[in-house]
Amino acid sequence: MDINNFIKELEEEFEEVEANSLKPETSFRDLPEWSSMHALIVIALVDIQYDVLLTGNDLRSCETISDLFTLIKKKR
Amino acid sequence: MSAVIKAISYYLPEKTLSNEQLCAIFPNLIPDDIVKMTGIKKRHISAPDEIASDIAYAAGEQFFEEHPIEKAAIDFLIFISDALDYKGPTTACILQDRLGLPKTAGVLDSLAGCAGFVYGLSMAKALIESRQAKNVLLLTADMPTKVVHPEDYELRMIFSDGGAATLVSASENESGIGDFVFGTDGSGAKNLMTHYSGARQPITKEWLEKHKDADGMKHGMMKMNGSEIFIFTLKVVLPMVKELLQKAKMEMGDIDLFVFHQANGFLLNVLRRKMKIPEEKFYVYLENCGNTVSASIPIALKEAMKEGKAKKGDKILLASFGIGYSWAGTIITL
Repeated sequence: MDINNFIKELEEEFEEVEANSLKPETSFRDLPEWSSMHALIVIALVDIQYDVLLTGNDLRSCETISDLFTLIKKKR
Repeated sequence: MSAVIKAISYYLPEKTLSNEQLCAIFPNLIPDDIVKMTGIKKRHISAPDEIASDIAYAAGEQFFEEHPIEKAAIDFLIFISDALDYKGPTTACILQDRLGLPKTAGVLDSLAGCAGFVYGLSMAKALIESRQAKNVLLLTADMPTKVVHPEDYELRMIFSDGGAATLVSASENESGIGDFVFGTDGSGAKNLMTHYSGARQPITKEWLEKHKDADGMKHGMMKMNGSEIFIFTLKVVLPMVKELLQKAKMEMGDIDLFVFHQANGFLLNVLRRKMKIPEEKFYVYLENCGNTVSASIPIALKEAMKEGKAKKGDKILLASFGIGYSWAGTIITL
């Protein structure tokens, strides 16, 4: 598992986000495009790619992409 | 003796609600975004005096017009809906009379939502294989738009009224409807519920007054926690599909077509990707009619047959899931 891959996957899923714009320290919920739909997109992506089913609370407990990545690794 | 799906017809109310119309009501929405999120371009809206059993009746009449099947041959009628006519009598009794079905026929109502069609197939198969009936007419119809609040754009984007008539008949030499997998988790009931629609919450004067701008919401009001429903679906559908394949001693590649409950485009696409099902084997019919609850699978099946994507002899995996929580699946040979 590599965080750079995860970031690339996120950028592909978030159509409005430009390539190479997300960083491990990005607070994903502060992105101007962020909506409840994006929360579902993240849950779906993580489920498809990593076979980890995040809950709404899991997402809320994470600040940055790096936090999210650490949580996925822990839950795998 | 096996039970086989012989024919399907469906009916959609005439009035429609397009994305453009929705966006005119809700300026925060954009037509292209609605298509991207839901896969839906229009929904069908029943007339104010048209209820679920009227939709089922229209689907039934359509069925006998389209197929050379005598009404006299029907010996059992099952009506499946989230919206029955009365607390009594059974709505299927009224439908037997309206459709002119034989007085010798047995009838049954079943209150069920998104998983309703697969449940109906299971009942029809049970009746046939136990030699209690030979030709079961399964009517699945719903009117979700009547319980969606006019200001609830998330639900208005998805739901559509519609009904289907499916004939399940006894056969000596076809494999037909296979084994079933069921699942229930009532702890999720609160996440998708029609409030003020029955004995637990009878409609009050205050309720009607509170919603007077929405015709009193007199049929009740559906509330959905979308993200909870989404997570529930991701949790249960793949294990159900795996169990169905195991029971049938099949692999993913043996299935000719996957037809899931047409909940919404975003969810279906996530499920398809998760299960690595190729797009051409995963049938989606949402653009023209949205989520029609218990009618969604037969409508999609009928369209798949018309398009030649579902052919005689094909193995088709049906998976339904939703309100309850309730889920059910089967593999049919067309």
